[in-house]
Amino acid sequence: MTTIEAIRLALRAVVANKLRSGLTVLGILIGVAAVILLTAVGNGSAKAIQQSIEQLGSDTLTIAADTRAGGPAIQNTSLTIDLVDALNNRDAAPDVKSVAPVVTSAQTVNHEGTDHSVAQFIGTTPAYLSATNDSIARGSSFTADDVTDRRRVVVLGATPATKLFRGVDPVGKQVTVGGTVFTVVGLLSQKGGTGFGDPNDVAIAPITAVQEAVTGFGPLNQILVKAVSGDRVTAAQSQAQSVLKDKLHLPGTGNQPFRVLSQSQLLAARDDTARTFTVLLAAVAALSLLVGGVGITNIMMVTVTERTREIGIRKALGAPKRTLLTQFLTEATVLSLIGGLLGVVAAIVGSQFTILGVDPQIAPGSIALALGVSVAIGLFFGSYPASRAAGLRPIDALRYE
Amino acid sequence: MSAPEYPVIEAHDLVKTYGNGETMVRALSGVSLSVQRGEYLAIMGASGSGKTTLMNILGCLDVQTSGRYLLDGVDVSTLDDRQLARVRNRRIGFVFQTFSLIARTSILSNVELPLAYAGMKAADRRRRARRALVSVGLADRADCEPSQLSGGQQQRVAVARALVTAPALVLADEPTGNLDTRASGDVLEVLDRLNQLGRTIVLITHDQRVAQHAKRLVELVDGRVVSDDAIKPLPREERYYGRHRPVTLRDTEAVSA
Repeated sequence: MTTIEAIRLALRAVVANKLRSGLTVLGILIGVAAVILLTAVGNGSAKAIQQSIEQLGSDTLTIAADTRAGGPAIQNTSLTIDLVDALNNRDAAPDVKSVAPVVTSAQTVNHEGTDHSVAQFIGTTPAYLSATNDSIARGSSFTADDVTDRRRVVVLGATPATKLFRGVDPVGKQVTVGGTVFTVVGLLSQKGGTGFGDPNDVAIAPITAVQEAVTGFGPLNQILVKAVSGDRVTAAQSQAQSVLKDKLHLPGTGNQPFRVLSQSQLLAARDDTARTFTVLLAAVAALSLLVGGVGITNIMMVTVTERTREIGIRKALGAPKRTLLTQFLTEATVLSLIGGLLGVVAAIVGSQFTILGVDPQIAPGSIALALGVSVAIGLFFGSYPASRAAGLRPIDALRYE
Repeated sequence: MSAPEYPVIEAHDLVKTYGNGETMVRALSGVSLSVQRGEYLAIMGASGSGKTTLMNILGCLDVQTSGRYLLDGVDVSTLDDRQLARVRNRRIGFVFQTFSLIARTSILSNVELPLAYAGMKAADRRRRARRALVSVGLADRADCEPSQLSGGQQQRVAVARALVTAPALVLADEPTGNLDTRASGDVLEVLDRLNQLGRTIVLITHDQRVAQHAKRLVELVDGRVVSDDAIKPLPREERYYGRHRPVTLRDTEAVSA
């Protein structure tokens, strides 16, 4: 019996029980589609992170208080505006180009009765925009004078701009944040997503105004440092570190109460998180594929039981064990392969949509892998029922009613 | 294939028991039988007499508990699974009581099946299967599915399938058991013709009048052969051509089936 005949026979058997086969195929379909789609999501978010690394440039450092480190409790080691001035000292830190203090919090912004909760309401100086590679799409940024004069002006990201103004030009309009009125002076350009949070859900205002009106005069959340060039980042990092130690009177060794991380290090950390996330998703998807496989075993057991008499007849006609084994294995494999192919189609269709804020990127390898795995599943999960069918004694099979 | 001096079936003192201890049942208790090439043998017996057990052993579907069975001069108890499958495929043709065709598969493919298991090329086996269908008078139904045929036609297809490999032995287990009068006649006629062409046929039945088609009659009672003789014709009015019910006289109404 040739392979083509075996496949034709298997197809006929699959078509004979349309609903049953359809449901079994659905199990594999969901599993395969989930595996391809979720790895595509992971792949897409990794690509987006890569892109934002390129966007940010590798010349930015972030200084943040490290809450994990204990540090001497009697000392005040929080980040302050003083540190910004110290870092701006070109003698102590010659490789630092600019420094931007950052206070950030989630705030509800209101415009004529429309509320929008901005994930990052940032108070900073104009240096922030160049450090994060943000640019102004419309209007203008606030200036150093705005910072000094505590002017209540704000630059909106794309998300709050559309949510609050719905097509109306926001520049020149007023929004209320925490009871204080801010005037919109500019709009930020759209930014690519990294898969976690919306990077466009920001509003940027002078730090002085934000501290005065919204957050209060607490410590800074971050200090952004831009190095003079990409290849001086490491030097700038150690200079910043020593300036901070100096200013905060810290011992030279042991845990530091702050961390100085380059932007690429930060993103690498996020990249790791994304990868862990992807692996976790893929594991869940693989589990559903496994469940689909068990479905195949189940349905093949039913098929074998149902066709016991047929198996008996085939044996009486001289079907060798191997032929029967092949017949039922082929049937199981055809089932799972149909599921696999439909799963690939479903995944390709699904990847056209944005999922969790990520454009999924299907890796061609994952399609080949998913199809290979679905064949393997058919063979593996079909092998027990098939060997049961092949191993039946002809006399028992013929007597079965 | 096999040297002609061997009998097709040579069984010595076949014993088959089921279960063990107190519950042991002796289905066959010492059956000896020899069937020569070209014979037309009927095995008769009431249900429980062991005739189906005997047929299963003769057909290599089951193995005897003790005794010796040579098919075409080969002791089948020495064969392994694969060789047994080959023996069933090449040397034995089965016709079962229930029609035993494979559903949703064309008549032609059904008849081709044993040839396919023998590894014959598609074109050759199609040609041989068609010839077998011609010999049972169903050449025009080759592309039908079993469910489209009547019981008698299905059973004739089963006969065609049994003879397509040109086996040494055709084993028919109650081939007319599920058929009405007319269809029984058709099937038995096909078997008669096959025997005339030189095929060895073993027919298992509980019906005296079906057995009349054979030339030799073996009667089993309680797992033993009680008589082994040439067929004695029944009295004329009881002559029967595959019917299960008494022949109705021409001037009486036929009892509905």
